[in-house]
This record gives sequence, C-alpha cells and structure tokens, in this order.
Amino acid sequence: MNFKSIDDLHAALTAQNYIAERGLSTAIFLALKLGRPLFLEGEAGVGKTEIAKVLAALLETDLIRLQCYEGLDVSHAVYEWNYTRQMLSMRLAETRGEHASEAQLFGPEFLLKRPLLQAIEESRTKSPVLLIDELDRSDDEFEAFLLEVLSDFQITIPEIGTIKAKHTPVVIVTSNRTREVHDALKRRCLYYWIDYPNFDKELSIVRAKVPQASEQLARQVTGFVQELRRLDLYKLPGVAETLDWITALVTLDQQALHPSVVDETLGVILKYQDDVEKIKGGQTQTILAHVKATS
Amino acid sequence: MLSKPSTRPLDYATENAPAEARGHLLHNLILFGRLLRGLGLNVNTARVMDVAHALEFVNIGQRADFFYTLRGLMVHRKEDLPMFDHAFKLFWRKYIDEGDIVKFPRATIKKRSKPVIKAPPLKEQNDEGNSAPNPDQPPLIEVTMTYSDAEMLRAKDFAEMNSEELAAVKELMATLVWQLGQRRTRRLRPGRDNPIDMRHTLRKNLRFGGEVLHWAHRTPKYKPRPLVVLADISGSMERYTRLLLHFVYSLSQTLKQPVESFVFGTRLTRISRQIDNKDVDLAIKEVGHTVNDWAGGTRIGDSLKTFNFRWGRRVLGHGAIALIISDGWDRGDVKLLADEMARLQRNCHRLIWLNPLLGMADYEPLTRGIQAALPYIDDFMPVHNLASLEELAAHLARLGQGRGPRRKKA
Repeated sequence: MNFKSIDDLHAALTAQNYIAERGLSTAIFLALKLGRPLFLEGEAGVGKTEIAKVLAALLETDLIRLQCYEGLDVSHAVYEWNYTRQMLSMRLAETRGEHASEAQLFGPEFLLKRPLLQAIEESRTKSPVLLIDELDRSDDEFEAFLLEVLSDFQITIPEIGTIKAKHTPVVIVTSNRTREVHDALKRRCLYYWIDYPNFDKELSIVRAKVPQASEQLARQVTGFVQELRRLDLYKLPGVAETLDWITALVTLDQQALHPSVVDETLGVILKYQDDVEKIKGGQTQTILAHVKATS
Repeated sequence: MLSKPSTRPLDYATENAPAEARGHLLHNLILFGRLLRGLGLNVNTARVMDVAHALEFVNIGQRADFFYTLRGLMVHRKEDLPMFDHAFKLFWRKYIDEGDIVKFPRATIKKRSKPVIKAPPLKEQNDEGNSAPNPDQPPLIEVTMTYSDAEMLRAKDFAEMNSEELAAVKELMATLVWQLGQRRTRRLRPGRDNPIDMRHTLRKNLRFGGEVLHWAHRTPKYKPRPLVVLADISGSMERYTRLLLHFVYSLSQTLKQPVESFVFGTRLTRISRQIDNKDVDLAIKEVGHTVNDWAGGTRIGDSLKTFNFRWGRRVLGHGAIALIISDGWDRGDVKLLADEMARLQRNCHRLIWLNPLLGMADYEPLTRGIQAALPYIDDFMPVHNLASLEELAAHLARLGQGRGPRRKKA
C-alpha cells in the first residue's frame, strides 16, 4: 500500500484500531518515504511493539520480530548452520564411501535463517516489517553489528557470500530506555518519543480495543488510570495495563467501577507492591470520587 | 506534555510556492540547524539536507507536520525535546511574523566555547600527549615532595588541609588507578568452558568425516561493571565537596565503563555530562553552574527517591555498583530514607557508602539518617584522606566477578 500523505496514513492506522498521535503518523510516514528505520522510545505499554504489527497488516506484508537480550549474537540474530543435518550428511556420505566436501556441507539447505537474514532474503517480493524489539536489552556488540546491517541492508556469510536486500525492510526499533542506546545508531533513524495519551485519546483506544465495555465503565477506567499517572508511583500504568484492566472488569461483568472491585483488581494495573499498598483503600476512594464527579 | 504548534500555515509553503521561497526555506533550515547546534544538539549539515529532502514528501503548509518532520530528524534524545520545541517556536514564529528571511545577527548564534586544555603541571604525568606545556602560563603549583611529605599528605584529613596541600592532593588523585570488579556477561566467546561451540566443532572435525574428535567450547565474556556515584554536596559536607568532585572526576576519567554521577543536597542533579569534560577545572565549574543547592540542607531520602524513580531503571542495569558519598546528616523523613535505601540496594550489585566522618577516631554512626540507612549498606567505608581513597581503590578492584554480597532480608 502506498500512502500519499500523512492524513492518508493516519486514517489507515485509525481504521486498524491504532489511535496515533499526529507526530507518530508523521514519523511513520517519513520512515516509509525515506526508507529509514524508525526509532521508538517510550514507557512500557504505550504501543511501541503494536505499531509494527499494525504496520505489517496495513502494508500486507510479513512481520519479522527480533527480541533483543544481552548476549544476542549472530547465530541467534542472523543465521546458524544446521549442525545436526551437517553431521548426518557427513556420515551418509561416508557410508557411500565418499567424502562430503565443504561446499556441499555449507550450502543453502543447511542454513537456518534467523530474523535479520529473513528480513533481507533475496527471494522476497515485498518489503517486510522488521521489528527490533527492546534494543536497550542487548549490548554494545550487537548494537555495533546492527549499525552495519541497517546502513546497507546486506549480510555476508563467509561460506556463501554476500546477501543484499532487494526490497529494503521497513525497520522499527523500540527501546524502554533501561540503558542509553548509542548515538551512532539513533542518528541513522527517525526518532519518536511515544508519550502516555491524554484522556480523549486513551478513551478512543479503549473504545476501539474493548468495544464490549459499557460507555460508563470505559470513561471511568480511563479517568482512573489518567489520575493514577498523576500520582507519585514507582511504575505508572501504560495503555496496555488500561486495556488489560478493562478486559478484566468486563470479564467480571462490571458496568461501573466499585471501590471494592478496584482494590481487588489493582494488581492488573500496578505491578509493584509499594504502589498497590499506597493506592489501596483510601486513595482508591478519593480517585474514584474525583473520576465520578468529572466524567 | 509537549506543546503543540499552531496550525497556522506558513506563507511560503503553499503548493505553488515559487522556487525562490523554497530557497529561503533551505537557507532558514541551515540557520535553524546552526541554532540547534549552538544549543548543544547534535545536528550536522548532512542532517539538515536530510530534512530538506524529507520536506519534499510533506505538505509544509501543515505546521504540525512541518514541526514533527524537523523534530523526527533533528532530535535523537528525549532530553533534547523541550529545547527543540522552544527553539522551533522562537525561530519559526519570527520567520512568519516578518514574512521574510530573518536576518539573524551572527552574534546570537554562539559557538560552544572549546574547553581549554591545560598543560598538566607534572611532566611525568603527561601520558596523554594532548598538549605541550604552555610557556606563557607556568604550572600553578610545582609539587616536589619527599617521601615523608607524601606520607603525611596521604594520612591528613581533607578538611584540615591548606590550599597548597589540597592542590597537591588533587594532583595525586589524578594518578590513582581505578579499577572495578568485572561482571560475567551473557555473551560468549570461544574458550575452554562448558557450552559447546558447534560451529567450530564442526569446522575442526570436517576432515574426520563426521567423527567428532575435538570439541570446541565457548566461555562467558567479562565486562567491567557500570558505576553510579551519588555525592552529597550539602552544608555539612562543604569542606569535602570540591575534593570529592575531583575524586568523581578521576573515577569517570580512568574507568573504562561509563560512570553516571549525581549530586544532591535538597534535590538531585545529574552531573555526568558536566563531569565528562577534558579539563577538570572546567568540568567542576560546569557542575557549579548546573547545581543550585550548594551547601544547603540535606534530604537524602527525597534525593534517593528521585534517583530511584527517575534514573534507577536507566543507569542501574548490568550489575552496577552504587557509591553514595555522604556524612548521613539528614533532615528529611527517616522512614523514606530507609525505604529508598532498600529499593536502591535491591537494584544494584553492591551498595557502598563512603563517609568522611568515619575517619575520625571517635566517630560512631549514630545520626538518625545513618541509622536508617545502615542495614542496607553493603560496604561502609571512610573517605577523608588519600590513604582511604587508596583503600577504596583496592576494595573496588577486589570486588569479585562472583555473586553480590549476602544480604539480610529487609
């Protein structure tokens, strides 16, 4: 799909139930037009990973996801040889009285393709969406390697040769900022910071994602979470938590927020014991009264 | 929340804008880039050209789209966003109001002054080779010390030193070699340890026709642990503050890993960027400009809370060591201090508290603050003279590759 303007893309995202800020739509639009990676930062649960999924659906293409972790290396990110098959093939050749040559053993049929290689495969007819998730969890070594891949979209396998992408993948890199990602990598990308949405945006997200919730419940839940984000908590709830919470409440057949139910289900939105302790009881009542008065 | 720009169209930006107007736009983009550079953002000419290229795809009549295009390409750090927003508002508003290219007086766009690299006073220490000694400006202090002088200096409390001795100590401090224990990472390299390296095993045994005779192994890689320093700069620490800043500076210069440094009195200020300056005096001067609660009261609990909430998750990863430098005189909430110390300890590999008062013979940690913090401290050590710093250096180097210290359940 080819988007003519930012409005076009914005509308398409909305149609996919992804309610984006105008700035995010602009960033995605430019990333597509300029063929540059999009670097998304933001607190957990604001929809960084989701955008890659939605984009893949919009572009009607594959989503290839690479989850980062410390020590992530070439054999997990790019390719690995299928050693078991290689061994077997060597044995087989031996029983036939032959000697397996190196060229036979390191052929494409023994190659296991990992996400980065999959994304630039020559057989592709369309640019895939490549999601490099939580880059901050990886280490310097992987970042340096990624820098190389993202600049030319080619990978060299010593035994086979250089593979270069015919269709440059649409790359989305996300980070939770548990570590500062190196500037060199960020400079290659378009940067966008996804903030928590305001009340109206979040309400639209809730309505779009959990349509079975009553209007009253949706408004109250959104209002409650918005209030929580104003408080001095160790970990603020993200949009993902809002959606989890309202889904939980719908499962419990709730039409509106009740203090006791809120206290019982706080664990869905607050993930630290200190935070739960702080909100439970008195605070819940105060916030709830405020939310009910304003909505 | 960042303020949104108005949607008022830019007058040059209509669809059929003359080529001349586009030329003006480029000119202004370059000026804007220079302005951002002056403000400390990392924007080079190639970047400005990228923006110009990107704008071809965007209807720049939409001010919001114009804004986000520039921001997406010119900013790479969250910290720089507010700066950019202000600069954008000022720069492009002026543009529209005057309806013409703004004649920016050259003087308003100041280049960042380059740090003056001072010649190190002691020739033997000139291992960097970055500058020749300046003949016009003789070294401030010539230090030629006999052995016993040096010994005396090592043992003397920082607080009792005169300015000459302080200067000498600063020189010596620069020569201290800091080394931090290493952490076993999850990354493997070829070696003798347990996990089998199939790739190399196969390569090695190719010639035996699938019979594995030699196994290749992999072994974990070790890396230095990150260090986070939290230094107290309140009134009660005043006599030590300057020297301790030198200490922090020497740490961040000699350690291979990044050092995150913060100072606190009544509030917490991050000084990593200021400390990361080639010239020590300039670095400390910059810190002086940034911090505005020098020699005031102390609220350790609040400061630690700010640290835990705002910075902890970002700088305490990868088995970091946290170093608090304070005398523990706290005027804040003791319960809060205990809670935040507990949280800090849970989040770092080792929590070291350096206390200059610990050097006094009759000192006992009886203040409320220290009493509250003590259960959560892994190492409680003095910093009052050079000898204690050397001891600390030795201790840090010993901090093993192994597990953290055994801790009581809080």
